[in-house]
Formats: sequence, C-alpha cells, structure tokens
Amino acid sequence: MKDMVSIVVFVLAIGTAALFIDSGVTLNFILMALYATLLAQAWNMLGGFGGQFSFGHALFFGSGAYVQAMAQLQGGINAWVALPLAIGGAALVGAFVGALAFRYGLKGSYFALITLAFAEVFRIVALSLPFTGAGVGLMLPLRAAASNLQFGSARGYVLLMLGFVALALSVTAWLRHSRFGAQLQAVRDNEDAARALGIDPLRTKLGACVLSAAFMGAAGAFYVQVFQYIDPSIAFGPTTSVEALLGAIVGGMGTLWGPVLGALALHVLSDLTRNLFGALPGINMVIYGVVLVVIVMFMPRGIAGIGRSVRSLWQGGRRG
Amino acid sequence: MAEPLLEVRELSIAFGGLRAVQNVSFRVPRGSLTALIGPNGAGKTTLFALISGFLRPDHGQVFLDGHDITGHAPHLNARAGMTRTFQIVQPFALQTVRENIAVGAHLHVAGRAAALAEAERVAERVGLASQLDKPAADLTVAGRKRLELARALATRARLLLLDEVLAGLNPQEIGEMIPVVRAIVDDGADDGVTVLMIEHVMQAVMNLAAHVWVLAQGQLIAEGSPAEVTRNPAVIEAYLGPGTAERLRKAHVA
Repeated sequence: MKDMVSIVVFVLAIGTAALFIDSGVTLNFILMALYATLLAQAWNMLGGFGGQFSFGHALFFGSGAYVQAMAQLQGGINAWVALPLAIGGAALVGAFVGALAFRYGLKGSYFALITLAFAEVFRIVALSLPFTGAGVGLMLPLRAAASNLQFGSARGYVLLMLGFVALALSVTAWLRHSRFGAQLQAVRDNEDAARALGIDPLRTKLGACVLSAAFMGAAGAFYVQVFQYIDPSIAFGPTTSVEALLGAIVGGMGTLWGPVLGALALHVLSDLTRNLFGALPGINMVIYGVVLVVIVMFMPRGIAGIGRSVRSLWQGGRRG
Repeated sequence: MAEPLLEVRELSIAFGGLRAVQNVSFRVPRGSLTALIGPNGAGKTTLFALISGFLRPDHGQVFLDGHDITGHAPHLNARAGMTRTFQIVQPFALQTVRENIAVGAHLHVAGRAAALAEAERVAERVGLASQLDKPAADLTVAGRKRLELARALATRARLLLLDEVLAGLNPQEIGEMIPVVRAIVDDGADDGVTVLMIEHVMQAVMNLAAHVWVLAQGQLIAEGSPAEVTRNPAVIEAYLGPGTAERLRKAHVA
C-alpha cells in the first residue's frame, strides 16, 4: 500500500513536470532517465528479486525492438498494435532462454554466460538475415502522429515511457508483497530450502525471466519508436545489457526505488563524461566498469543500501 | 499394523564405489515420533535426501501414505505433505524471521497478509515469537534451528523429516528444544504430525523417540526402543569399534 502511494506520487510528479516543461533539453533528459529506469527495473525483476544475473538482457531488448520494427515494415501493422506483439515476442524469447538455462540448472556465472551467448547469437543472426535488414538495420519512415506512436515532441514519449515505468514499478511492488515474489526471493536466497518448502524453482525463475524480458521488450519497442532506427549492435550489443544491470546494481538490487536512483545516477554520470571526454568514444563504458567495481566492492546494497544504513544509524542514535 | 505413513523399501544408492545407502527398508507409523541414529558418515542424511527427493535412488522405492513417490522432486513431496529440514541450516538470510516462515506458509496460503499471520502463529509454537522482525542472519544457532523447524511446520506437513535439529546446541538449549519437538507430534492440532528425526544427541532420542533405527555404513543394523538399541552389541560396536561390546561386558562382570 505504501509502495503504491509512493509510485502514484512519483508518476504524478514526473507527469506534471512533463506537461509544464517546454525545454526540449530537459524533456529529453527526463525521457532518457526514464528509459534507463525501465531497463534497470526490468533487470531487477530477474536479477534483484530472482538472483539470476543476466549479462545479456539486450537479448530481450533487441527482440522487442526488431518485432516492433518488422511488424510495421514487413507486416504493415499499426505501431500501437505492434507494441504488444513486441512485448509478447520478447517474453517468448525470455521463456525459451529461461527454460533452457533453468532446466539444466545453470546458475551464477553460467547463467550470465548463456544470456551473453544468446545475445551474441541473436546479434549475428540479425546481422546476416535479409528480413532483419542485415548490417544496415531497419529504418522506420518518419510519420509523426500520435496514432502512429510517433510524437512531434519528446513530451509524448515521456508520457508513454512514464506509463511503462509506472507499470514496471507496480510489478516490482507486487513482487515485494505477493506469494510469487516471496517464493522468488526464497529461491534467490536458498534454492534447496525453497524446494523443501514446496517451491518449484524452475517455474518460479521462469516466471521472473518472462516478466523481466517483457519489460525489456517494451524498452526495445520504445527505442525503435523514438529513434526510428535499429541495427544488430544497438539491439543485441553489450551496451544495453550493461546499462540494465548496472542501473539495478548501482541503485540496489531487489529494492523498489534502487533501480530508479541507479539509473538516474548513471544517466547523470554518462552525460557528464560525455561532456568531459566527448572526444573519446566509449569512455562511458570504461567509467561504468569502474563504478561497477567500486559498488560491488564497497556498497553491495547499492545507493538504496546507503539510505538503509543511514536510517538504522539514525534510529540507533535515538535509541541510544 | 495400520498402513504406515512412510514406507521405505530396499532403498540403495552408490556414489562411485561408495555404497552410501544399501538395501534399507523400514516403516514409519502414522502419528509417531521415531528416530534414525548412527555414527558419522553412516548415510543418514543421504537416506533423508533419497526419501525427500533431493537424490534419486539407484534401487528401491519410497511410499508416502501408500503412494509411490520414488524419485519425485522435493517440491512435489512437500505439496504431498512431507517436508525436511537441513542439518546445516539454510535460512533465507536476507529476510526476516517472519518472512522466512511465511515462505513455508505460502505453500497453502495464497494471500500475503494471511501467510504472514500464519507465520506468527507458527513462530509462537516454536518459541520464536519475540524474534519475528529480526533478519534470519542475526539469529543464534539455536534460533536458526527453530527457524528451520518453523518453516517446515508452516507448510502444514503431515510428515516432518528433521535432520539434527539439536546439533550444535548447548545442554540448556537442548533442554528447551525437546518439548518443542514433542509438542509438534502431541498437539494434534493439524490432525497429527508424524516426525522422523536424525539425531546424535542421545538424551533427546531417549526422551522423544518411541522407535529407533540404527544405520551404520549404509545399512540398518538394529531397531527397537531407544533402551533396546543402546544395549545392542552391534550398535555399541558400530559406534565404539569392533570388540568394544565384549570388553565392556567383561569389565562389567569383573
């Protein structure tokens, strides 16, 4: 209940800001921060709550992006109709890869590797097939109209993205307060104990994988609508995978607001580095790497963990 | 004898050349509190793993309530009413005691609030009521053992397989835990829980168990009341080495 109140406040605040802000730069900043939040929040469902660390979440992102583009270009389907197809397609890929990995009990680094491998396989396949546009990629014709899911200004996209983020936050809140979420966290913390208590780890992890993949697919579809372009390395390359996991890990895995904070922090950081080191392409990935090492070593609970430590210090002080 | 709740028939498993469990058969009567004892490495925990489905036997069968459950996955066995605890406690360390127990309760309770409420009731039964909001990682060893028990109880199991719930406790803690275990069987609130325990603490076995099976080197070597098996020469030798029973007898006579 408290979670839902905070989500509503968050959505109202950002929504109001989006309606009244006219600066394109600010709107774009909000848009990309929300986009990074969705990636992090999607990864958090499987990685944070399920303890399954994917290193290839771009797999689901790219699947959603390609379905969104191909449904319009080759299927002649309206973009709004393509959107659920893209989300469903990504969820299907999630079910397939998840079933394969979890059926054979791949955990930890092995799960990370298999997701990475699948993302690479999809990238190479997309690179070689004519109907995915091969190396050239796919370009959506620019037809700005709300009915076409292409908006004239960033405002429309901000509101659409805010809708996705609100949904992702609500699903995360549900994971915190539901039977499925409790079982998922039990599997994360101790799979054998969970099995002894009647939990089917395969189905539980698979459910989380499908959910997580669906939201990544939504992010992919969104990317295609905003930039009207997708190619294999944008879709399935490591950048999106890293952004997703980093946002969640930096912010705090398995929390509601951690991934939001993490995504925001990283987004600010990457904007800064781009301004400082504009001449060095890829420098932000180097900085990301450093941030990841520092966080994992010194703040395993992420930014949200600092909040918790401060709160317990505060309460401890009052008690003492 | 009425139909047993659990029946194990000629169960065997080998790991390479090590025959960890060989041709073990026994029947656990409904509503009883029985124990499985034996020296370290006898195969007791392996036998539990075979019964609960964590390991698949090479030979033999397991029946729960007359149904063949050989090789069924642990989560299916838990749904059928048989839950085990672990010798090395396995808490969900990041979660509170209340949340830990609720995971067990969720086997039959869908609603979150109802599962948390049930967790409180179960905590009461095992003496964890004052620690509900503590993270499981902050519990003492005795607390963690109680938590193992509570989570298993919360699944509303008809048959509990308790793997050394008393190991690592001091005499006072053991004394406090024995009535808790006894109450589980005697309460009859959930129309009778049957308990089969692996236990090293003989004080507890003598106190609690109506019937004892003794496992040594993977084979059942004796059974009977706790008093009977502790007098059994084969059991004494299994624990203390060959020839000990004879020497003890002579010392006694002299």
